Amino acid sequence: MLYFISSVVVSFVFWLVLSGHYTLMLITIGALASLLVVGLATRMAVIDREGHPIYLLYRLVWYGPWLFWEIVKSGISVSKIILSPTLPISPTLINLKATQSSVVGVVVYANSITLTPGTVSVEVEDNEITVHAITTLGAMDLEEGKMDRTVTKFEGGIGT
Amino acid sequence: MELFIDILSWLSIIIGGVFCIIGMIGLIRLPDLFTRLHGSSVTDTLGAGFLIFGMALQSGLSLTTAKLIIIFGLILLTSPVATHALAQAALHAGIKPKLTVDKTGGHIAGEE
Repeated sequence: MLYFISSVVVSFVFWLVLSGHYTLMLITIGALASLLVVGLATRMAVIDREGHPIYLLYRLVWYGPWLFWEIVKSGISVSKIILSPTLPISPTLINLKATQSSVVGVVVYANSITLTPGTVSVEVEDNEITVHAITTLGAMDLEEGKMDRTVTKFEGGIGT
Repeated sequence: MELFIDILSWLSIIIGGVFCIIGMIGLIRLPDLFTRLHGSSVTDTLGAGFLIFGMALQSGLSLTTAKLIIIFGLILLTSPVATHALAQAALHAGIKPKLTVDKTGGHIAGEE
């Protein structure tokens, strides 16, 4: 029920932001549309803890800026590699263990790896992630496990 | 104050544009599909991020800024999925990445 209400609220706010016209008729249509969409999604059984992870929302306050800073740091280092005349790349393929306890956690970890320039997750299966890194140093950084621990803490699994 | 915000906004838009160009140069210079993905991810994250931040400063506290934030969130959610899908499809199609170091020992996650 909590997930149903929060999904309706999110869809309705989305409608309001995109619409920009606040007449009674359009707001009513928006409310009905959000109810209908979330109702259909509930029948498809996708509105649950996994499909609509609102419990992660308040932790995004510290995880978002942390990930943003990681992206900026590695983005600048990848830019340096691209602009360097010698093109100092050392492409590396590596297998990583994901210590997150839920599927959502592993997905957040794999997506964070891909979002960070210089590393791309090419295959995910259960708790194993195969990562392609543009330099061996980047692969070593991931193997060291700082990002893995941070995502586990974000997920609220084993780490806390 | 208005001048300051204008300067900050233009600076941010220029930095975003520079990162887009860097990503494009990477797309051309890097040797194979997997390394080229790294070039394009610079455009996806830093390029788009700085451009949208600059545009948000231009429009101030308005509905347009709210829409820009939604666009940024959408990019952050969809671009890694697209990159991952492309890399996985290439790997499954039998494209071998050019590697300097292979730490997997030939084992890819999920394979027996």
